[in-house]
Amino acid sequence: MENYNNLNEIQISVLSEIGNIGAGNAATALSHILSDRVMMSVPDLQIIDVNRMTTILGGPENEVAGILVNMTGDVEGMMLFLLEEEFICLLINALMYKNIKSFADILEIEMSAIMEMGNILAGSYISAISMMTNLDIRLSPPQVALDMVGAILSYPAALFGSMGDELLFIEEDFLSGENKIKSHLLIMPEPKSLEIILKSLGVS
Amino acid sequence: MGKLVVVGISDQQIVSSPDTLVTYALGSCVGICLYDNLRRIAGLAHILLPEAFGEAGGNNIYKFADTAIEELIRSMGKKGCVSLHLTAKIAGGANMFATTGKSIGDRNVETVKKELQRLRVRLVAEDTGANYGRTALFNPEDGSLTVKTAGKGNKVL
Repeated sequence: MENYNNLNEIQISVLSEIGNIGAGNAATALSHILSDRVMMSVPDLQIIDVNRMTTILGGPENEVAGILVNMTGDVEGMMLFLLEEEFICLLINALMYKNIKSFADILEIEMSAIMEMGNILAGSYISAISMMTNLDIRLSPPQVALDMVGAILSYPAALFGSMGDELLFIEEDFLSGENKIKSHLLIMPEPKSLEIILKSLGVS
Repeated sequence: MGKLVVVGISDQQIVSSPDTLVTYALGSCVGICLYDNLRRIAGLAHILLPEAFGEAGGNNIYKFADTAIEELIRSMGKKGCVSLHLTAKIAGGANMFATTGKSIGDRNVETVKKELQRLRVRLVAEDTGANYGRTALFNPEDGSLTVKTAGKGNKVL
């Protein structure tokens, strides 16, 4: 497995299923935070390059929250959640009984709340992978950047530039009450680790 | 008013006044603006990585500092620019997430500077490092580089 582009259709649908279960776990966790029912769409797994990803996320200068978590153990690599300003404000307001409207209102305490959300979301997906593969995967504490999406994406682009320009991308809609929130997740296992995952799932 | 020419990731463009250049949301990437003030011609390269490492990274010479800058000088040469008259302004090379060891942003900036030195282009201004993204706009009319950020202010170099 030299780059994500070499994945075949069966492998992609198996990875989508991991995304599906992960998103289900995430929706459950989110509904606890929001004290409301959270519905989700079928996740859309794509293998796309950074330029297209930037377009999907509202253009390079659109400000988003990037939450980065490193995976270690049986699987090495990282996960990067890209969450819209609206999503972040909604979660912080529900979690902390606040009424913030933009990133400008975010201080240290709100930052730690965002990290905690990163923990919850990353844990949701990782437990899906662990459950299906029996692999032992540990997560680093999340790191958060509130910045232009293009700048945030330069980080995975540079780290994985050695294996081409394509990345594994999962787009997911969560619906809660009147709110429709989009979550974007980049999962970047090292090429060797991706092979380990696919092997454990019987589709290598 | 001239055109605003957009430079993508691993890309480079050359314009002359009144056209201007922009590259959006540089993170660990570095934007290198080369300027010939006699001819009012400017070139902007947006590099992703310090150096090419075999075939795996693709053959895009615009992607790497150690191939892109030389190529930009060559292309500007075809438009009549002499490398000795070029000056450089650079922006980017941030460290968006804390890493252990030397970050890609730092390595990018270091290699860009080394390349400029090797190619004998004088570096006259820079806004690099730290942990935030930057959009770089270059105007060949006056040779100014405007750096915009999300919440960290704007500056003109």
